[in-house]
Amino acid sequence: MDAVQLELEAEVAEQHRHHGRAQFLWVWVALLIMTAIEVYLAYQHMEPVRMLSILMGLSLLKAALIIAYFMHMKFEVSRMKWWTMSSLVFCLAMMLVFLPDAFRILRIGVH
Amino acid sequence: MSDVAVHHGIVDPYEPSLFGTYSKKIGMWLFLLSDSLTFGALLFAYTYGRISTPDWPTPFHSESIMNATLMTAFLLTSSLTMVFGVRAAVRGNAKAQRLWLLATMACGIAFIILHGREWSNLIAEGLTLPLFPTAPGEANAEFVGVAKNVPQFAATFFGLTGMHMLHVTLGVVYLGVIALRRWFIPILLGFWLIAWLGTPAYSPFHYGAHVLLICAIVISIILWLKPKIYDSSDVEVAGLYWHFVDLVWMFIFPLVYLMSTKI
Repeated sequence: MDAVQLELEAEVAEQHRHHGRAQFLWVWVALLIMTAIEVYLAYQHMEPVRMLSILMGLSLLKAALIIAYFMHMKFEVSRMKWWTMSSLVFCLAMMLVFLPDAFRILRIGVH
Repeated sequence: MSDVAVHHGIVDPYEPSLFGTYSKKIGMWLFLLSDSLTFGALLFAYTYGRISTPDWPTPFHSESIMNATLMTAFLLTSSLTMVFGVRAAVRGNAKAQRLWLLATMACGIAFIILHGREWSNLIAEGLTLPLFPTAPGEANAEFVGVAKNVPQFAATFFGLTGMHMLHVTLGVVYLGVIALRRWFIPILLGFWLIAWLGTPAYSPFHYGAHVLLICAIVISIILWLKPKIYDSSDVEVAGLYWHFVDLVWMFIFPLVYLMSTKI
């Protein structure tokens, strides 16, 4: 392995050394609480679209916490954050373009 | 003149990384980005099917929801133990690193067992795919009508959760190799025999268990070709994969289970 790679690995390891256990425990507790809220909501007689919106909102929040703290993205350089996250969001958003077609099928019925 | 230009200003043969981190980690992030599109497509297919099918079933009783909630708790806890494993690795504490990785694997195995139980219950109740062998007593079960009238449900449910279960299984194997290296191979073969011989012939897990045998063969080849002691960067990269598997479940759990709760 070349010297640059070894230096980078040492730098990243050094960053990790400064992270306390407490912040990870807090993230874990927050994730468990949000999961409990989701399960509670599942048993409320709520309109499906409203429930889906709330559940997906909580899921996005949980995903953000996992990526930021557990996957260390919060501590990466800004170029890494922007390239990875913007490309991910763009590609996933492109899939949603096809979703209105599902409503069309629902309206006309399947023959 | 040209000699002077060549020898001045070039300190290293490689330029520093644009992303401020090492190549292994960037490689894993690229893989995870591509894998997120696989799961994105499966989640999209499930959502599409659900919206376009008026009589979409809601088969998950409270027992299923409790089971899935417990599975979620195990995955979240495994992410915490994984982070502690990385922390121990960068501090050079090899014993703690191994113990945290084994704890992460234990949570992953608990997730797989609970998920297998959930699948087996649904299959026994008649929710099945044409490619699965017929289970005894399936003809009179509760969800036979669901499997026939709304085949999209079984197809998207088993496709999505099966792909995730495969990822968790591969994650456990990956962590096993990082934690125990070649000592993990006989353990993996033991898991394979238990899963293969401990499941009935009509269970999809009876054949699915062979994934473990394939993993054992692949690992043997890798460790034979490139034996090494895994350092903290390897543990961190393995951790990225494991957290990704946890992350994906955070979308599957509400979308598939909680939105199809039988109240």
